[in-house]
Amino acid sequence: MFAYTVRRVFMVIPVLLGMSLVVFFMIRAIPGNPAQVILGQKATKEAVAALTHKLGLDQPWYVQYVKYLGGLLRGDLGESIRTGTAVSHEIWPYLAATLELSLAAMFIAVIIGVNAGIVSAWFQNSWFDYAAMVLALIGVSMPIFWLGLMEQWIFAIHLDWLPTAGREEVRNPIEPITHLYLIDTLLQGNTEQFVEVLQHLILPSVALATIPMAIIARITRSSMLEVMKSDYVRTARAKGLSMFWVVYKHSLKNAIIPVLTVIGLQTGLLLGGAILTETIFSWPGIGRYIYDAIGYRDYPVIQSGILVVATIFIFINLIVDLLYAAIDPRIKYN
Amino acid sequence: MSKQRVLEVKGLKTSFFTDDGEIPAVDDIDFYIDEGEILGVVGESGCGKSVTSLSIMGLLPKGIGKVVGGEILFRGENLVHATEKRMKEIRGNEIAMIFQEPMTSLNPLFTIGNQLIEAIRIHTDLNKKEARLRAIEMLKLVGLPRAEAIIDEYPHQLSGGMRQRVMIAMAMACRPAVLIADEPTTALDVTIQAQILKLMKDLNENFRTAIMMITHDLGVVAEVCQRVVVMYSGKIVEEGDVHTIFRRPKHPYTIGLIQSVPDIREKKERLYSIPGNVPKPGAITHGCRFAARCEHAFDQCLKETPQLYDLDGTGHRVRCFLHQREEESKSGRAVVAGEKS
Repeated sequence: MFAYTVRRVFMVIPVLLGMSLVVFFMIRAIPGNPAQVILGQKATKEAVAALTHKLGLDQPWYVQYVKYLGGLLRGDLGESIRTGTAVSHEIWPYLAATLELSLAAMFIAVIIGVNAGIVSAWFQNSWFDYAAMVLALIGVSMPIFWLGLMEQWIFAIHLDWLPTAGREEVRNPIEPITHLYLIDTLLQGNTEQFVEVLQHLILPSVALATIPMAIIARITRSSMLEVMKSDYVRTARAKGLSMFWVVYKHSLKNAIIPVLTVIGLQTGLLLGGAILTETIFSWPGIGRYIYDAIGYRDYPVIQSGILVVATIFIFINLIVDLLYAAIDPRIKYN
Repeated sequence: MSKQRVLEVKGLKTSFFTDDGEIPAVDDIDFYIDEGEILGVVGESGCGKSVTSLSIMGLLPKGIGKVVGGEILFRGENLVHATEKRMKEIRGNEIAMIFQEPMTSLNPLFTIGNQLIEAIRIHTDLNKKEARLRAIEMLKLVGLPRAEAIIDEYPHQLSGGMRQRVMIAMAMACRPAVLIADEPTTALDVTIQAQILKLMKDLNENFRTAIMMITHDLGVVAEVCQRVVVMYSGKIVEEGDVHTIFRRPKHPYTIGLIQSVPDIREKKERLYSIPGNVPKPGAITHGCRFAARCEHAFDQCLKETPQLYDLDGTGHRVRCFLHQREEESKSGRAVVAGEKS
């Protein structure tokens, strides 16, 4: 198991290498020159050329790429062209914001999605089953920006229950420690701010949770239905076990493996794909960070930002693979 | 020694409700099991043996299978109308069951101990430690070597025969009054079959557990059973003690079944088989269900449904017009009105 984990970690290297190459070329395919963007439309050609040279963008692509790789090996993610600060230094607050949002969303999606799937399978063809599956279908097909706007309109504007946007109360800013505000406010023992952070988190995380929740519910249901037909479930019932334990112990553990796969993939997708939600709710996350960087042709930020998200994605899926083995004793990685 | 009747099934009818309508899988069957007895229930696939056992356990697939008539009396208590709560108390505790497929009947993700201890703790007040000791004791009882190690192993680490022993240990853990064994040896190879049968016979003798042995293997019946019920297409066609059934089978289906067993002493080009197939449940509504495959069938067999006739007062019953006539001519009774000859 340990050897497998180490091997898998090493296998990440070629994946990231390929990834970095693709991103490197793709951003250079975007029309526009960073120097021009920074200096504005009215800048003289000489000034643009000078800045391009200063940024090293006049060198051949392979020189730029090798320099970039060399930096990566030293743990240097480059320097933002726009702000001049190191990306490795700048990126964390954004990443933390997205982590907090996606984890909250996945928490909601998993708790509700898995349970809705279980109950739907348990009471197959009941009104609950039909209602849950129709809702799931609507959830998968709903455009997230529309849902987000509706949430704001109903819960923030009409009912005035929750804040419209942002991560924190502007008049009561949080002193960041880890930049994960829920944890920071807890560490500071500031319940008032903790509640504020939670309130800010609710609407965007529900919007973000909708699609994964619907997918998880549907996968859990079909996986549970399959398992509940199996012989060992019949054995468990023949022992005199109550339906609750038959479902939540014997069936769920067997049915959860395909669900875990989906949870892993969806978590990864949320990290990079939260941009719509982040935009609607003015959430200062990594999606917006990269998106803004594209506007400025801030190559180092785009490259490194995507690389960081990809790395997290890969590691989440590695964890899922390792979880398989933890759940199913028949799965051995050698 | 007077025997107590532990399980009695009276006029049981179980149907499946599908998109094609109601399909009667078990149609008006009666049988009983006495304390300490081993009853064989024999028949081809699809004749309703397993549905009968699932009806007794109350484990028919929900919303699809349903007992639509008759009674299942466990020590006089009708299980057809028992609440789910009462059935949970009975399952595994009073009536236990083992299944055909030892390879898939244990949950692959939990250790043997976990599943065995769970079975014990549902029905007893034992704490974890005591239940574990009891589980080890049960594993030893069913003849598993190194029980202390096996208890912490997973099902995939055991062979089919060992898993079936675990299933038996689990079923016997609460000393049930009745053990329903649904083709317990079908999936095992022959030497293991013999060991498992011997084990079940020993447990039956030691604990006076009545066993309902569902099988299509007449060899199994001859080996362990005292009485036999032969089922065909959801109905009982013949019933009697094992010697009578083997020596003087009356129903053409039973005779066919016995003839189908290959004999090592005879050299045959082709093995005997009953022509045709078991009709689909619900396919035959008129007449004897075996008539289409029976070489003795006559007019009446196609038009009327024969009753189970008691042949000699010893419990040898047969559902066949051939023997009805025999009986009636013997007793000199008048021909039943409406009977066509």
